[in-house]
Amino acid sequence: MSFELETAKEPEKLKRVVIEPVSRVEGHGKVTILLDDENRVHQVRLHIVEFRGFERFIQGRPYWEAPVMVQRLCGICPVSHHLAAAKAIDVLVGAKHLTPAAEKLRRLMHYGQILQSHALHFFHLASPDLLFGFDSDIAKRNIVAVAAAYPEIAKQGVLLRKFGQEVIRLTAGKRVHGTGAIPGGMNKNLSKEERAELLKDIYHMVAWSRDAVHLAKKLYVEDLERNSQFGYFRSSTMGLIRADGALDLYHGGLRAKDAMGQPIFDHVDYSGYNDVINEEVKSWSYMKFPFFTAKGTEEGWYKVGPLARVNNCDFIPTPLAEAERHDFVAYGSGFPIHSPLAYHWARMIEMLHAAEVIKDLLHDDDISGSDLVTQGERALEGVGVIEAPRGTLFHHYRVDENDQITMANLIVSTTSNNHAMNEAVRQVAKQYLDGHTVTEPLLNHIEVVIRAFDPCLSCATHALGKMPLMVEILDAEGGALDRVYKDGSGDVGCGA
Amino acid sequence: MSDNTINIDGQTVPFLPGQTIMEAAMAAEVYIPHLCHNPEFTPHGSCKLCTVSVNGRSAAACTMPAAAGQQILNNTEELNANRRALVQMLFVEGNHFCPFCEKSGNCQLQALGYYLGMMDPHYNHFYPARAVDGSHPDVLLDLNRCIMCELCVRASRDVDGKNVFGLTGRGIHTHITVNSPSGRLGDTNLAVSDKAAEVCPVGAIIKKRHGFAVPIGERLYDHKTIREVQTEAHK
Repeated sequence: MSFELETAKEPEKLKRVVIEPVSRVEGHGKVTILLDDENRVHQVRLHIVEFRGFERFIQGRPYWEAPVMVQRLCGICPVSHHLAAAKAIDVLVGAKHLTPAAEKLRRLMHYGQILQSHALHFFHLASPDLLFGFDSDIAKRNIVAVAAAYPEIAKQGVLLRKFGQEVIRLTAGKRVHGTGAIPGGMNKNLSKEERAELLKDIYHMVAWSRDAVHLAKKLYVEDLERNSQFGYFRSSTMGLIRADGALDLYHGGLRAKDAMGQPIFDHVDYSGYNDVINEEVKSWSYMKFPFFTAKGTEEGWYKVGPLARVNNCDFIPTPLAEAERHDFVAYGSGFPIHSPLAYHWARMIEMLHAAEVIKDLLHDDDISGSDLVTQGERALEGVGVIEAPRGTLFHHYRVDENDQITMANLIVSTTSNNHAMNEAVRQVAKQYLDGHTVTEPLLNHIEVVIRAFDPCLSCATHALGKMPLMVEILDAEGGALDRVYKDGSGDVGCGA
Repeated sequence: MSDNTINIDGQTVPFLPGQTIMEAAMAAEVYIPHLCHNPEFTPHGSCKLCTVSVNGRSAAACTMPAAAGQQILNNTEELNANRRALVQMLFVEGNHFCPFCEKSGNCQLQALGYYLGMMDPHYNHFYPARAVDGSHPDVLLDLNRCIMCELCVRASRDVDGKNVFGLTGRGIHTHITVNSPSGRLGDTNLAVSDKAAEVCPVGAIIKKRHGFAVPIGERLYDHKTIREVQTEAHK
């Protein structure tokens, strides 16, 4: 199956523009654009060209290593992998229901992760584009310039992330790549002193998160016509949902809706994810293209992450975030909001929700409980699913009678957004590049729409927005006609 | 008394007749880095980490008898550089992935790496292909992490009386083998309560299903160096 602008009819007659690397977390991707002599766009693809191999080299390892080992996939959202793996391993050790202390400590860790990741993305990565403009001076398109122009916003962003990292440290033992979640529970609780340390700052975090929602909304609605149309496409959506329809980022059933908001499936037990989701392989990318089995590859692709979740849930179970959700959905006039740039607004609503959940958990004495591990009847197969900052994350393991892993399957959030990101890049290329000479600000438009999804491309964009990029325009014989590049220090140059 | 003293790095250290340099040093709370030595077992002298200079000649402190008047150099830049190189070679010879190893924080190899200021492996990794043996119901054997200190061999033979483990092969091909017809740990009479199941200083022999139960911050070497831990243990 091919989509509009995915595959050109006669690519050999077209100029090839390459953006490489568009780096992914722990690796690289690239964008290729095929243009004719009038610079009309004929083909656009976001390629993920790296290969990780975790699913293979975890084979043979003891199952209790999985939550600690597989989180090394990522340095940005390791907690998500840590917890998704731990949930799958819980099934293997028969821990159907964790103790209240363990469940709440894991939630605390997870919402700390949501808070820090969302803050990092909005303030450090996206805000320069949003505050200064997509085609603003590249020298200022970074967090340092944001700190100079908007010191209070930058400070809040830094401190929000720091707070989330502290929540992770106190629950997992380390800010990055901790060991808190073990099969059937947790290896530590929170002492009264640790709770007091976090409680000291949490009310600031809630207030600043609310301010961030208002800032994200303001930036979106002040140029509503452009922002709502930027890279616009409609798609199905998917995410976890609590039994009562509430947003729940730690646990629930799978809910999918179509582009108009009508249910495709709901409250599906995620251990049967294979029945509702399939994956398509395309020759030009190492990343698979998941789709809803019932709708097929053509109609079944979907998006995940904050925008999908805030659209999909019936309500958010904390008051401030729920009020902001009402404000958000009103802009959809009864239909899901599909604009990629609305991801930022939805992401900040989730960050506010995370801050509220953390506040409530810090007041809950269960998190200081000492009954931390439970086990039951052993099983040989387990699936764990969690809503990572970037979307639904699946971990699936099989073990043998020797406790060694024989099969692992991971579907990470960015994979689920693969088709959606490709579609967004195609739309932006059509809207902004078609018929124009390629320039650095135009390049940045492509980056802006990729960033909206907060994919695990953010590894490189963490380098203060100095993601190295190169666009080359080649003639049909492969000779360079034009070239625009930005190096690792953010300097821009051009010329064949 | 002057006949029964040795001098380590300028410090006078008394010894009892029959003691090795290592034993005398431990009793005097002088730390000599070591891996294959464990005071509960007969000295082995294989890892060579405890090599010191005795009257100008190199000797393994764990096997060399203390003798009156020995002038010993231990904590010198040159000797520690040699020890660091030995630890680096142990790291590259096996597959030691501290980031996800459950022994991390409790591992003597890792703790020595920190103590000796090892900042990188320096040498090319061998990346040997070694299978994990999970066949025993309670004990996992992961030879990727084996440093061939033979403590399991000694413990099984001398304490447990079972001879579950042994060494086979020669030179660079020397490796631990399991004494059962299948070569699998599950086909031996090893019990989880055996000394051999708990003596491993690294993560090669581990009790199953206990990994990561101790949180970061509460592990043996989280706040203390191996020098502090081992010196205190012998007080």
